[in-house]
Formats: sequence, C-alpha cells, structure tokens
Amino acid sequence: MNVLLSIIVAIAFVLIAPLLGGLFMGCDRVLTARMQSRVGPPILQPFYDVAKLWHKEKAFNNPVETIFTTAYLVLMVLSGVMFTTGGNILLMVFALALAHTFLILAAYAANAPFSHIGAERELISVMITEPVLILIAAGFYMVSGSFQVIDLFIVDGSGIILLPGIFVALCFVILLRLRKSPYDISTSEHAHQELVKGVTTSFSGRNLAKVEIAHWFELVILVSLAILFFTHLLVFSAIMIIVCFTLLLIIDNVFPRVTWKMTMKSIWLITLFLGVLNLVLLGIFGVLL
Amino acid sequence: MTSASKSPWILHYNASSCNGCDIEILAALTPVYDVERFGIINTGNPAHTDIFLVTGGVNEQNKVVLKNLYDQIPEPKVVVAVGICASSGGVFRDCYNISGGVDTIIPVDVYVPGCSVRPEALIEGIVKALGILEQKRAAMEERK
Repeated sequence: MNVLLSIIVAIAFVLIAPLLGGLFMGCDRVLTARMQSRVGPPILQPFYDVAKLWHKEKAFNNPVETIFTTAYLVLMVLSGVMFTTGGNILLMVFALALAHTFLILAAYAANAPFSHIGAERELISVMITEPVLILIAAGFYMVSGSFQVIDLFIVDGSGIILLPGIFVALCFVILLRLRKSPYDISTSEHAHQELVKGVTTSFSGRNLAKVEIAHWFELVILVSLAILFFTHLLVFSAIMIIVCFTLLLIIDNVFPRVTWKMTMKSIWLITLFLGVLNLVLLGIFGVLL
Repeated sequence: MTSASKSPWILHYNASSCNGCDIEILAALTPVYDVERFGIINTGNPAHTDIFLVTGGVNEQNKVVLKNLYDQIPEPKVVVAVGICASSGGVFRDCYNISGGVDTIIPVDVYVPGCSVRPEALIEGIVKALGILEQKRAAMEERK
C-alpha cells in the first residue's frame, strides 16, 4: 500500500471508528433494555454521555491520570491504524497490550481501593488475552505465511474454513475485552454493584471520556480482526457479526459475573484447547493441502 | 438542551432514611418507570455523578460522609433532597441526633417531599434538576 493511501485510510479510521463503536454501544444499550422489557435510552446515548463528560469539571485523584488515559487512547488508535493500513499484526497486538498497561497505570495512580482492584483484574484480563491474541496471529501466519494484515486480506475467505478454532478463541477474547458479563471482572458493567466501576472508578470528566472513546476503538479493532476471517465474503461476515453480537447480548443478560479464577480457567481451557488443536491439525494436514 | 441534561448520572446516598424513599428510587429504575429512557444511570460513584439524590434527615454519624461525597462530585452538579425527611427532617426534625434536612449540610437545588416519595414525583423532581443542571453548566461555560 502506498504512503498516500495509507494516510487516507488512517484518517478515515480515526474519524469513522469511534462513530461505529459508539453506535454499537448504543445498540447494545437499547437491545439490552428491550430484553429486560424496558424502552431503553436513545441509540445515540453513548455520544451524549461522552459529550457530557467532556464538559465536566477537571478533577483528578492524581494529575498523571490525564497522561496515562491519553496514552491509552493514543495507543489504541495507533493499534487500529496499524491494522487498517495493513501493518504488522504482531505489532498491533503489542500496541493493544501497551494501551491496556497505561489504563492499568492510570487506575493504580489513584489512591482508591476499588480502582486498585479494577487495575489488578485488568492486569489479569490482559494476561488472559495476550496468549490468545498471539495464537490468532500465529494462525494467520500459518494460513498466509505473513504477519502483515495486508497479506491476510488477500487470502480468499479461507480464514474461517482453516481457522474455526482460532475464530471461537477470538470471540471469547471479544467477550472479555468488551468487559461484558460473565467476564466483566475489571469493571462491573453496572456501576452500582460491589466493584463500583473497578478500573474506571477514580476517573471523571475528560479522562473518563477518553477511556470510553478508547473502548469504542478497541471494539472496532476486535470486530475488524474477526472480519479478517471472512475476507471476500463480506455479506456473510456482516451476517456473522450480527449473529455474534446478538449472542453476546444474550450471554451478557443471562449470565452473572464469574470470579477472576473462573474467567481464567474457562477462557484458557476453551481458547487454548481449540486454538492449539486448530494449529496442530493445520500443521499436520496443511502439508497435504 | 445540551448533553448535560441528556445524560444525567445519579448517585444515591441514604443519610439515615427509613429505606422507604430508597425503595422508590430503585423502583424508578425498574421496567415500569425505566428512567434509563432519559439516559439516567445509577452510578454509585461520586466521580461519575451529575445528580446527587439524598434521602433521610442526616444524623451526626453521616453528615461528614454526606459532605465528603458532595465535595467529590465534579461540577456541574445538582442535589435533590428526596422525601420529607431529606427536605426538612420530617417527623424526626426535633430529634437530638438529626440535623433536620440535607440543606443544613450541603446546598440543595430541588426538594421532593413525600413519605415515602412517589416515583412519579421523583421523576418530576429529576426533570426539574435537569433544568438546573443546564443553567449551572451554562454558568460554568461563561466563567471560562
């Protein structure tokens, strides 16, 4: 991809991704409300929330919070830009991990117990997802022989056929990263619960808005990672996303939050088993293909 | 109408209430009344709060907590005294340990009387609070 095109794609990503992410979150809130036979907020509610937070008074527990939350947002955007411009998938995964490190640092910077519990659990969730994300990158490498996202786009829709186990692993990562039940361990999804808001408890105003926007970016990045499995099958991938999204909402509404140990056991058991099995089978039969 | 009144997040504190009004506050969040229609979320966290709902007449033990919570809420913020005890102390007004209303400790913007307060009255009170929130935000923008 030439430089000019990369710049255009990067700018388009920075502008469009938060809109898509916010709308996705809005749909989530409306559909969740409907599942509980409520009317629910307007679909644009996440944007109203962020706009409101942006105009709140600047109040900190610790001034470094601003630096860390900004770094979280910037690295998340950078990771997304790496992805959309067809960059290295490993570098993208590391940028994601670094982004989360800054969020954890921001939560630790505040002298608040709930914030610290949230930070510890966020650390655990990063620990859980990193091997799975590396596994996903390894899977793509085995299919396309390259870590460049641009080369993965060219692979003609064989992602889902050759890597079904890896795809299921990615779905679990999305569930954990969206901080949804049963895996909302680092920040309770509803703020009046025993964790208060976990990792975001001490943030207010603009810092919280930045964390929220970064979360939208992350959602878009993870969903586009899922789309990689369906390149050249775009209609099918759109259907798959809607199906997965509905399934995710049902899971979110049906299951209560599990403990961090249960989170680790269930996600690692399922993802590492399916993911590694997938890679081993691909390794054995790949030679025959 | 700006984003301030489209996304009011509430904090609920029970300052020695009998729980009657607290149950009504939670009732307002149930499918019957569903205040999330207006973007209202029960946060339980002063750092995320716009509207502070206080129930009860405030006793000696919790007036420090009340003041502390109020100070932790970033501007613009609105305080709603929910129920007659929070508004004036109610029947407990002359008790030796009761301050006699939330406004003896922190400034109150909206009073919603009732024993216990009805969810409809509470929602009406919060809608009034939204107007005040708008004014406070406009005043804050002017000061900048």
